[in-house]
Amino acid sequence: MRPENILALTLAGICCKRGSFHIDPTRPVERALITHAHSDHARAGHGAVLATQETLDLMRLRYGENFAGSTQAVRYGEALALDGVTVTFHPAGHVLGSAQIAVEADGLRIVASGDYKNVADPTCAPFALVRCDVFITEATFALPVFRHGDPGGEIAKLLHSLAVFPERAHLVGAYSLGKAQRLIALLRQSGYTNPIYLHGAMESITRYYESRGIALGALRAVRGADKAELAGTITICPPSALNEPWARRFPDPVNAFASGWMRVRARARQQGVALPLVISDHADWDGLTATVAATGANEIWVTHGQEDALVHWCGTRGLKACPLDIAGYGEEEDNGEATE
Amino acid sequence: MNRFAELLDRLAYEPARNNKLRLMTDYLRSTADPERGWALAALTGSLSFQHAKPGLIRQLIAERTDPVLFELSYDYLGDLSETVALMWPAQHSPLPSEGRSASRDGGKPGEGGHDGEVGNPSPDLADARSTSPSVVDVQELTLTSVVETLTTLGKAQLPQQLARWLDSLDETGRWALIKLVTGGLRVGVSARLAKTAVAALGTADAQEVELLWPGLVPPYVNLFAWLEGRAGRPTNADPAPFRPPMLAHALDDSDLATLDPADFLAEWKWDGIRVQAVAAARDGRQIARLYSRTGEDISASFPDLIDALHLPGAIDGELLIRRAGRVQPFNVLQQRLNRKTVTPKLLSEFPAHLRAYDLLADGDQDLRGLAFAERRPRLEDFVARLGEERVDLSPLVAFANWQDLAAARADPTAAGAGADAPAVEGLMLKRRETQYLPGRPKGPWWKWKRNPLIIDAVLMYAQRGHGKRSSYYSDYTFGVWAQGDSGDELVPVGKAYFGFTDEELVQIDRYVRRNTTERFGPVREVVHKPDQGLVLEVAFEGLQHSTRHKSGLAMRFPRINRLRWDKPPAEADRLERLQSMIAQIERGLAT
Ligand SMILES: [Zn+2]
Ligand SMILES: [Zn+2]
Repeated sequence: MRPENILALTLAGICCKRGSFHIDPTRPVERALITHAHSDHARAGHGAVLATQETLDLMRLRYGENFAGSTQAVRYGEALALDGVTVTFHPAGHVLGSAQIAVEADGLRIVASGDYKNVADPTCAPFALVRCDVFITEATFALPVFRHGDPGGEIAKLLHSLAVFPERAHLVGAYSLGKAQRLIALLRQSGYTNPIYLHGAMESITRYYESRGIALGALRAVRGADKAELAGTITICPPSALNEPWARRFPDPVNAFASGWMRVRARARQQGVALPLVISDHADWDGLTATVAATGANEIWVTHGQEDALVHWCGTRGLKACPLDIAGYGEEEDNGEATE
Repeated sequence: MNRFAELLDRLAYEPARNNKLRLMTDYLRSTADPERGWALAALTGSLSFQHAKPGLIRQLIAERTDPVLFELSYDYLGDLSETVALMWPAQHSPLPSEGRSASRDGGKPGEGGHDGEVGNPSPDLADARSTSPSVVDVQELTLTSVVETLTTLGKAQLPQQLARWLDSLDETGRWALIKLVTGGLRVGVSARLAKTAVAALGTADAQEVELLWPGLVPPYVNLFAWLEGRAGRPTNADPAPFRPPMLAHALDDSDLATLDPADFLAEWKWDGIRVQAVAAARDGRQIARLYSRTGEDISASFPDLIDALHLPGAIDGELLIRRAGRVQPFNVLQQRLNRKTVTPKLLSEFPAHLRAYDLLADGDQDLRGLAFAERRPRLEDFVARLGEERVDLSPLVAFANWQDLAAARADPTAAGAGADAPAVEGLMLKRRETQYLPGRPKGPWWKWKRNPLIIDAVLMYAQRGHGKRSSYYSDYTFGVWAQGDSGDELVPVGKAYFGFTDEELVQIDRYVRRNTTERFGPVREVVHKPDQGLVLEVAFEGLQHSTRHKSGLAMRFPRINRLRWDKPPAEADRLERLQSMIAQIERGLAT
C-alpha cells in the first residue's frame, strides 16, 4: 500500500479518495475535515464539516450560522470510520481546538498536522505526539534562524517597557484567534493583573475562549475608553490596526507586535514596530525538526512555508521528504486579519 | 551582556529621540558600575580594541552549520551578523519560565483520550528540547568581562574566545556581541545623545557632561558618582575643551523695521557645518581638536584641518570644502562627510577648509566676555598670525542701511562673495556690543536666509511615517512634468516630510487613503494625472545636479510650503523650470 493511495493532492488540497473527504481544503468540497479555525485552513461553504467542537464554534463565530451544510463535532482520540478509513483527531497545541488528523488504512498511518507547536500554551491542549508512517508538517518557520525562545522573556520585555514609559499606551498587534488570547494568558501568568484592553475585532473570540474555561482576567473594550484612561495600559489589536487611524486614540503609543516573524529585524522595522515580541503559535526550527524525528515517520510531506530547508534537513537524516504545494495556506500569518 | 543587548535591541527599533534617552537613562540608573560605564563607552564610541573581521564570523558559523541551511538562511535575512546570531547552535538554553517541553499545562478543555501509540509528551521530544549539560553553572557573561578580555586578547585567541561567548548568549545577546566586536554598533544613538542620557541621572545638563568628557575615561566611575551626588565634580584637565556655541534666531523681513542698522555687523552665512576648532599645548605637546556644533569630537575625520591648527586658541567657524580657491556647495562637503575612512585620495579631492567667524579664546585668554566688535579684530589678527591657507576669515559685508543688505542678500556675488556665492546660505547679523553667549538668546544674533526656492509639484507617492506619525502617511514623494516617450509624464524630483501643519497632515493623510492607486509595503501610490491629484507647493534651500535621481537633480531641505487644493496637477511646474533654477544658482543669482 502506498501512502499516495490514501491521501493525494487535488486542486482543493489534501484529499482522501477512499474516505471521500478533504483535509483543510482551500475550495468548497463535499466533506471537509478541518484541523483548526484559522481562515487559511477553515473556509466556509463546504457540504459537511468534521472538526473539534471548538473549531466548529470558532468557524461559526467568524462565518455565521450557515458556514457549512452540516457539522459533526469530533473529540480528541475518538475514532471515526469513514468508508474503510479510520480517522482520529489529536491536539496540535496551535490554538484552541486545533488538531492533527491521523488517517489510517491498510496498516498505514498518515498524520496531517495542520499548524502546530510543541511548547506549552495556557490556552489550548498541549501537542500530542502521534507516531506514524507519513507525517505532513507545516514549514512556516522552517529555517534555522527561527528560534522562538522563551515567551516569558518577551512578556518581561513588554512589562519593562510599560515601567519605563508609564504614560504611554502599549499597543500589541496579535492575530485575533489564538495569539491574542495566549498573550493575555501569558501576561496573567507573569503576574500582570491590570485590565487589558481589546480591539473590537478581538472581542467575540476572546469571550469564546473565556466561555471554554480559560481565565483571562479583567478585559475591557477600547471602544468608549478615553485617551487619558489608556495611558500606561496594554491593548491587544490586530497587527494591521497598529498603522491605522484607529491607533490615534492612544496617548503616544508604543507599537508592539507578537509574532514569530519579529525574529527578522528588517520585518519589524518595515512594519514600524518599536517593540517586537517573538511569540509564535507555530513550531520553530528546533520544534519542527524534533517533532519530525520523534514521529518515527520515514516519509515527510512539507506544506506551507520554507519547504526547501526542511526537505534538505530530512535528506541529511535519511528521511524521504517532498514539498506539497498547496496554494492559499499560510496567508493568515502574513496578512493578519484586519478591520473591526 | 544580556541587559546591554536588550538595550541596544530596543534602541535600534525606537525612532524617537526622547524615548531613546529614557531607555538609556533607565538602563544607566538600574545597572551597576562598572558595567554601565562600559555600556556608556560603547554608546559614545569610546571603546578601543581591535575589531574582528566579518570573515572570522563567517568562518566560525561555517564550522558549526550545514552549508545549505546557512546559505538559505543568509539569503533569507540578507545580514551576516543577524544570520549568525540566530543560527548559532544553542549550547546554553536558559530554562524558560514557561518551559520548552510539551508536557506542562495539561487538563485543558477538549482534551480526550489517546490510544496506545499516542504519547503525550514524547520522551524524545522533551530530550531534544530542554536538557543540555552546560545549563548549570553558567555565569552570566558581562559586558565588562567582554571589553576587558578584548583589550588584552591576542589575535590568535580571538576565534575561540568569541565562540565561547556566543555559546553562552541568547539570540539578542549574540547579535549585540557580534555588532560590538566587529565595530558595527549602530543603533541610531549619537555620542551626544548618550551623554544627555547620563546627565539625566543627576541634575547636570548635557553641556556640563560634554565639558568634562575629554578628561574622563571608561568606565566613568567618577562621573556616575558625581551625577548621583556621591562625590564631587570630576576635574577636567582638558586644555582643549568644547565651548557651548552661540546660536542665532531666524529673521523675518518684518523684524528689520525694529532694528537699527548701526547696531549691527553683517557677514555671510556659509552653507557648511558649524564647527569649533580648538588648539592648546599640554606638557610641551600640541593638541588640536575639531568639534561639531553639538560638541562631538570629529577631529579624526579631518586630519588635514587638524594639522593647520597650531596656534593655541578657539575658533568658531564653518567647515567647508575648498578647491582651487573656491568654496564648494554643501553637496560636495557631504561626499566627504559620509565616508567612514579617511583616505589620501579623499583628502586631496575634498580638502577641508575652515572659514572663521569668531574667536572664543586666544592662547590662555577667554574672549567670550568681550563685545563682538572687540572680538572681531582679535580674530583678524589671530587668523593672520596663524598664516594657514586652510583657515581664512569670513569677510564682513558692508552696508549702510537695510536696503543695501537686502541687495547683498539677493546678489552675494556682487556684494563681495564672488565665486564663493553658491555656498552662501544667507546673512548673519551680529550686534556689535554683545558678548559671546551660549545658547540661542533672542536679539543679539539674527540669521537672514536667502529666499527659499519654490515650485508647484504633484504628490506621487506617500509613505507612512515613524514613531508618533506611524499611523499617518507623512513622507511624500512629489514630481514635476517632463517630456516622456509618450507625451508628458511626472518625474519624481524630491521627498518631503515636514513643513505642513498637523491639520494639513490629517488632510493629506485622508487624501492619500482615499486616492491610492497601488500599494507597495508601507508606500502608497497616489493618483497623479493632469486632471486628478494633489498639488504641493514645495520650498527648498538649494538645488544641484545629481546622477542618482532620474530627474537629474536633487533638492536640499525640501518642505511642503502650502497645499494647493485649488490647482489642477496639469498646471504644476515642469522640469525645465528646475533646470533653469540650477543654472541661476550656479551663477549665484537665484532667489
Ligand atoms: Zn493556523
Ligand atoms: Zn497555517
